[in-house]
Amino acid sequence: MRDTYTIIWRELLLLRKKLLRFFASSLVSPLLFLTAFGWGLGRSIQFGGTSYLEFVVPGILAMSAMNSSYNATGMSLNISRLYFKTLEEFLVAPISTWSLTLGNVLGGCLRGLLSSVVILVLAHLYGACLHCDLWFFVALFLTCFLFSALGLVAAMVINSHEDMARFSTFVILPMSFLCGTFFQVDRFPPVVAKIVQVLPLTHSAISLRMIALEAGFPLVSLLVLAAYAVFFFWLGYWVTLRVE
Amino acid sequence: MIEIRGLCKYYGSVKAIDGLDLTVKSGEIFGLLGPNGAGKTTTVRILTTLSRPTAGKVFINGFEVTRQAMQVKKEIGVVPQHFNLDLELSAWENLELHGRLHKIPSKVRSKRIEELLDFVELGDRAHSPVEHFSGGMKRRLMIARALMHNPKILFLDEPTVGLDPQVRRRLWDLIRNLNRRGITILLTTHYIEEAEILCHRVGILDRGRLIALGTPEELKAKVGRFVVEVRDGDETKYRVFGDRDQALRFAATLADDVVIRESNLEDVFIELTGHRVGGSDA
Repeated sequence: MRDTYTIIWRELLLLRKKLLRFFASSLVSPLLFLTAFGWGLGRSIQFGGTSYLEFVVPGILAMSAMNSSYNATGMSLNISRLYFKTLEEFLVAPISTWSLTLGNVLGGCLRGLLSSVVILVLAHLYGACLHCDLWFFVALFLTCFLFSALGLVAAMVINSHEDMARFSTFVILPMSFLCGTFFQVDRFPPVVAKIVQVLPLTHSAISLRMIALEAGFPLVSLLVLAAYAVFFFWLGYWVTLRVE
Repeated sequence: MIEIRGLCKYYGSVKAIDGLDLTVKSGEIFGLLGPNGAGKTTTVRILTTLSRPTAGKVFINGFEVTRQAMQVKKEIGVVPQHFNLDLELSAWENLELHGRLHKIPSKVRSKRIEELLDFVELGDRAHSPVEHFSGGMKRRLMIARALMHNPKILFLDEPTVGLDPQVRRRLWDLIRNLNRRGITILLTTHYIEEAEILCHRVGILDRGRLIALGTPEELKAKVGRFVVEVRDGDETKYRVFGDRDQALRFAATLADDVVIRESNLEDVFIELTGHRVGGSDA
């Protein structure tokens, strides 16, 4: 755990140095979505008995938690591995691969959680009243953890920055719009809905929305998120073990 | 001590290292000399656990690099060719990160950082961001970082590449100083002068194979102590002779301008391979 903390310590150090830059860059797109869909469009629409603003905020939160965590780990680790080669400093240090993987995943997860909390505060200022209990933050943590781990897998496997951008375009971007972030998945034709229901962000949006709107306990979705988190973490460990 | 037995590394059908056998003794400065692509960096990456060999065994102070990587990592310090410092962190923070990764207790860590920054003459820049450092300063900081955990063996991959001559000589002094403190040093270089001045023994690599091994003096004695350079149109031709008299007698037979000089490791390399360390044919 000490080695894991060392990696997080570095992350905190870097975060402290560029806190404003971090918040500015991670908040631009959720702020735009909140303004356009939540404030502009949302105030005049009711959605399943609730305002569209309150419906869409958990979706925007899931989406930005995914983007922040994925980018925090994926982009920075890929650049660190291929360009600055700072990853080598960790690879030649006497720390276990488990610690290295966990430290990197938790570092990205932390950034995702921080930007999510700021979005929650912003959403509140926009007038969204959401129920945020412990399970809400569990769902948020699992979302950040699993996408941070996915970012680590991509960073360790993909051998160019261009391909990292392509992976993001083909995997992360479609999820942002299709996984129940802005509308419910059952609006899709049944076949498309089934495919979308397999994707992890769908379960993040479902979990956060159900808890925030007090529409029941999303047990299945939380279990799916936990399973994805374990799987991507294990995959992250496996690829880190083999990185040269 | 470093012991390499039958080391091979293949990238698909390309043989980066092809059956390398080598022993580096404790306390020496050993140089791996060769052109770009000879396999020097690949060898260092395997010795420092960053890459896995295709075949063969490597022992660092008795620990096998693939199966006992954790013990090996405690024995070695690594200064890679590229500047892999955290540019957004200060010099102090870079060393502190390394100290934490090696589990050096907090009080010892601070003292050691101070000592090492003074040793590499960066004490006054301790809290400056590394991104503003010159190439020479970054290299010295990387050496300080590699020494944080008191390694017994230091690997320096092309330590002076891209540095101006004055900074290069300052680094040579630093490397000699470290060796006097009892640290075994393995460095790679494609600078002939660097290998001759610094290294107790030199291994010459070409296309993944060790083609010569010995002290610089032994290697030069093998091919001949004196060289006659003859200009032939746009080309310079070389002939190596065992002693000065033989070289002078040969030069007297030539009508063109000639240069007689003592041989160097580049001549050894040309004699053995037919091409220069820089890559073009002789």
